[in-house]
Amino acid sequence: MRTPLYGQHVDLGAKLVPFAGWEMPVQYEGIREEHSAVRRHVGMFDVSHMGEVEVEGPGALAFLQRVLSNDVAKIQIGGAQYSCLCQEDGGVLDDLFVYRLGGDRYLIVTNAANHESDLAWIGRQSREFDVIVRDVADRYAMLAVQGPHARQVLGPALGIELPPRFHVAHARVGRRPALVCGTGYTGEDGVELLIDPEVAAPIWSELLDAGVVPCGLGARDTLRLEVCFPLHGNELMPERNPIEAGLGWCCKEETGFVGSGAIARARAEGPAEKLVAFEIEGQGIPREGNPVLHDGEPAGVVTSGTFSPSLELGVGMAYMKAALAEVGTGVEIDVRGKRRPARIASKPLYAKRS
Amino acid sequence: MAPGSSDATYPEDLRYHEEHDWARIEGDQATLGITWFAQDSLGEVVFFDPPEVGSTIQKDSSYAEVESVKAVSDVIAPLSGEIVEVNDALADAPEQINEDPYGAGWLVKVMLTSPEEAETLLGVEEYRKMLDR
Repeated sequence: MRTPLYGQHVDLGAKLVPFAGWEMPVQYEGIREEHSAVRRHVGMFDVSHMGEVEVEGPGALAFLQRVLSNDVAKIQIGGAQYSCLCQEDGGVLDDLFVYRLGGDRYLIVTNAANHESDLAWIGRQSREFDVIVRDVADRYAMLAVQGPHARQVLGPALGIELPPRFHVAHARVGRRPALVCGTGYTGEDGVELLIDPEVAAPIWSELLDAGVVPCGLGARDTLRLEVCFPLHGNELMPERNPIEAGLGWCCKEETGFVGSGAIARARAEGPAEKLVAFEIEGQGIPREGNPVLHDGEPAGVVTSGTFSPSLELGVGMAYMKAALAEVGTGVEIDVRGKRRPARIASKPLYAKRS
Repeated sequence: MAPGSSDATYPEDLRYHEEHDWARIEGDQATLGITWFAQDSLGEVVFFDPPEVGSTIQKDSSYAEVESVKAVSDVIAPLSGEIVEVNDALADAPEQINEDPYGAGWLVKVMLTSPEEAETLLGVEEYRKMLDR
């Protein structure tokens, strides 16, 4: 599949790669440049491959409280909240943002690879509730505009008011109805625009002219990894529960959501393994699947690894035996047969110096 | 047209291997590196893990690794030999592999153990044809 901005990516000389059934730009000029544009200035990502699901009706709140791990009742109209979608055993089917668009109307943004399965799961769970679940993925192109200057560039360029962090606003972008969300996946301030696919190309051009740097999925991955945001498929999966992943903060078991019983038990017992962040000390770049060793013994496995453009060293996240998962613990990462010394570090790995 | 392919360069005086490596043969020694195509496919190189001086390398087998932000790639030996020198400057400036793949971005120098292997390598025209296929 191709997003409405496919032609723009080709024109800009992007390297395109298959991702969850989509042809997506992994980089334009280079991952390091794009990464630093977002950390220091402003970059934009075509994330139109992500899915959208609308939930509407008198039973919307009760239904979302049932399927999502967080306390959906806390979301005001115009608010946004991060949540896990869990199965009965607490395993994570997806992690997502939910936006409250109106009294009984919510929008869920799904990961591209999980959109169809999420939709099927949500649809099945909705039968006992007075709600309508709509797949509205085709209705939106999605642009993430991120970086310390995102707001000062975007507001004037589009002539719109930007909502504060974790809020959503209705707006007109390219003379069409749009949603502007104060969310992102980079650790920087910024917004995510859900716009009419028809106006995606002209809006993209306008932002390019305003100096916004086009960024690919490569930089999106290095940016999220530096701030330790988990990625479904790497850190999150049906075989892992949110407690192991360090996402206990977005699970409110008292709401009785699907999986809450298992998650309450996992929280009480403490997980056998925990997701940690680590930095390589010296040379070497860790990669997904590398074994983690402690005193020469297997102690875990790397879920994501990369070269951190901000820290200029190899960094990653790994599931580790809980007893060893302490910040400061020295470990070794087996990077294709070479044991690279590393140290468990506090999250996030990268934080702005204030 | 492939993005950036107008920048592609493939010097006439080099011999090429199908796995996108080059060899500059001078007598019984050769300097080895990766081609413009290889560095472009890989993206910005952030780490070169060289072999040790004195170790032997085998034609068609991996002898080193180059890593970009996103991926690691084996470097395949175009010829067999013993490593006599590695490009130490790449430890601090691995980006030279992108910026000057046939010059400052060379990887290793080897003493050839089977100089006749050179006959199996591709000339520049053959290598270009292979890339166009």
